Amino acid sequence: MTKKHKSISYAKWGYFFIAPFFIVYIVFQLIPLLSTFYYSFFDYYRSGLKVIGPEFVGFKNYATLFTPDSNGQIGFLTYFGNTMIMWIIGAVPQLVFSLLLSVIYTSYRLKIKGQRFFKTVMYMPNLIMASAYSLLFFTLLSNVGPINQIIMSATGSTFDFLGQVWPARTVIAFINFIMWFGNTTILLMAGIMGIDQSIFEAASIDGASAGQVFFKITLPLLMPILVYVAITSLIGGLQMFDVPQIMTSGNGSPNRSTMTLIMYLNNYFGTSKNYGMAGALSVIIFVITAILSFIVFKTMNSPDKGKKKSKKARG
Amino acid sequence: MATTYVSTGETKGTRAKTNIARVLSYIFLGFVTLLSLFPFYLLIINSTRSHSELQAGFTLIPSTSFFYNLKTAWNDRTMFVFPMALLNSFIIAALASILTSYFSAMTAYGIHVYDFKGKNMLFKFILVIMMIPTQISAAGFLQLVGVFGMRDTYWPLIIPAIAAPSVFFYMKQYIEGSLPMEVIEAARVDGSNEFKTFNIIALPMLRPALSVQLIFAFVASWNNYFTPALVLDSSSKWTLPIALAAVRSRINSEAGNMGEVYMLIFLSIIPVVIVYIFVSKNIVEGVALGAVKG
Repeated sequence: MTKKHKSISYAKWGYFFIAPFFIVYIVFQLIPLLSTFYYSFFDYYRSGLKVIGPEFVGFKNYATLFTPDSNGQIGFLTYFGNTMIMWIIGAVPQLVFSLLLSVIYTSYRLKIKGQRFFKTVMYMPNLIMASAYSLLFFTLLSNVGPINQIIMSATGSTFDFLGQVWPARTVIAFINFIMWFGNTTILLMAGIMGIDQSIFEAASIDGASAGQVFFKITLPLLMPILVYVAITSLIGGLQMFDVPQIMTSGNGSPNRSTMTLIMYLNNYFGTSKNYGMAGALSVIIFVITAILSFIVFKTMNSPDKGKKKSKKARG
Repeated sequence: MATTYVSTGETKGTRAKTNIARVLSYIFLGFVTLLSLFPFYLLIINSTRSHSELQAGFTLIPSTSFFYNLKTAWNDRTMFVFPMALLNSFIIAALASILTSYFSAMTAYGIHVYDFKGKNMLFKFILVIMMIPTQISAAGFLQLVGVFGMRDTYWPLIIPAIAAPSVFFYMKQYIEGSLPMEVIEAARVDGSNEFKTFNIIALPMLRPALSVQLIFAFVASWNNYFTPALVLDSSSKWTLPIALAAVRSRINSEAGNMGEVYMLIFLSIIPVVIVYIFVSKNIVEGVALGAVKG
C-alpha cells in the first residue's frame, strides 16, 4: 500500500526531470522543423529589401527543385549526385581500412603492442575542426603550396588538385576519410570484441587460417554492425558541408562539381532568404534520412536480439 | 581481445606465418599513423616559417619565425580579432557543453528512476529524433531566432544544447549500468529531496560519463560551423570556424601572409589537441561505450 502511494507521489518528479529537455527541444527544434515543413508550401523570400510572401503555392517549390535550370541541369540531382560520389570515394576505403585495423587490433594471434598510441593517433583527426582541416589542405595543396613544391621539383610542373573535378572531389573525400576512419575503427572493434571469443579459439584449435577466420567467422557475425556503421556514415555523408564549403569558399568549384546538398540548402539562407525553397529541400533531405534511419533501426534492433541465437547457426 | 592463448594449435609453420602477419600489421599501422600525423607535421613546420620562406620552397625542417607569425596572427585586425574569436568559441563551447552534459544526465535520470505516464512513449520519441540532422530545421530555426530577437547573439548556440538526444542516450545507457536504485531509495529514507538526491548523490556517481560527454560536447561546439555561420553576423562575435572560413575566402583575392594563415590554423586546433592528449584514454573508451551495441 505505502509503496504504491510512494510511486504515485514520485511520478511528478519524473516530469520535472525531463521537462527542460522537452521544452527546449520543442521550442528550438520541433517548432522550427514543423515551420520549415510548413513554409515549404509557400512563396517566402527576399527580393532586394522587399519580403515576398508568405503566400501559399502548394507544391510549386518542390516542382522548382526538380526543374532543369538554364544549363539543362537539375540542381537537386546534381548536388545529390556530388554528395553521394564524394561520400563513396571516402567511405569505401574508410570501411576497408577500419575493418583491417579493427581485425589487427583485436587479433589474439598478433597481440599488437602500442595499441594505446596507435588508437590515440588515429582517433585524433575526428576531433580537429573540419574548417581547420579544409583550410590546411587548401593551403598544402594549392598551386604554390608545399605538396606542389615537391611535385614541381620532381616533375617540373604542378598538379592542380583543386581546379579539376575528380581531384577536387577526391581531396574532399580524403579529408572525410581521414577524419572518420578512427571512429569507425573503434565502433567495429567494439563489434568484434562483442563476438564470443570461444568461437575464435575453437577455430584456432581446428587449424583455421587467418583468412578463413575473417571470412567465415568475423565478417558474417560483424555484418549487422557493418551495416549500421555504413548507413550512419551515409546519413553523415548526406550532411556533408564544412569541408567542401570552406575548401571552395562556398562555390563548389570547379564548376559546382563539389557542391553538396547542404551547401545548396545553405545558399538559400544567403541574401535571398528563400525559406520556401529551403523548406522544400529540407523536407526531401528529411525523407531520405528517415528512410535510412528506419533501416538502421531495423538492423540495430532485430539482430541484437537474434545475435546470440544466430551465432551458432551461422558460425 | 582473448585472454586465453591456445598454443596447441600452433605449429612451426603457422608461427612463422603469424610473425609475417605481425610485421605486415605494424607496417600498416605505421603507414596509417603517418597518414594521420603528416598534415599536422606540415602545419607545425609551416607555422614556423616566414611568408618568403614558404614561397621559396618545401622543407621538413622548422624555421625561426614562429613567434613572428604568432604575433602577426594575434594582432591582425583586418577581418577579425583572433583572440576575440578564440574567446567567443571558448565561451560558447564551455556553456553549451555544461548544459548538454547536465541536462542530458537529468533527463536520463528522470526516465530511468521514475515511473510516469507516457514515459516509454517519450523515450521512444527521443530515439526517433536522434537521427534528424540539425540542418534540416535550419530554415525554421533562423526564423525563430529572428522572432526572439536572438540574431547575432550567442543564445541560439547555447540554449538548444539543453536538448541533445544522442548524449541523453549515452547517459541512459550509462545510468542503467552504474546507478543502483538502492542508493536513491536510501537517500529518500534519509529524507533527501529528489532534486537534491540527483545533484548531490547521482551526479558524482556519473562523473566518468559526464566528463566524456563534456569533452565531446565541447569539441562539437568548438568545431561547429554551420549554425554559428548562419546566426552570427558581426565579425566581433565570430567563432573560430567562421574566422577560418573568412581566411580561406581571402586567399583567393590576395595572397596574404601564408605564415600567418598556418599559425591561425595551428592556434585554432591546438587547445583541442592538448586536451585530447591528456584525456585520450577516456575518449577512445568513451566512443566504444557509446557505440550502440548491436
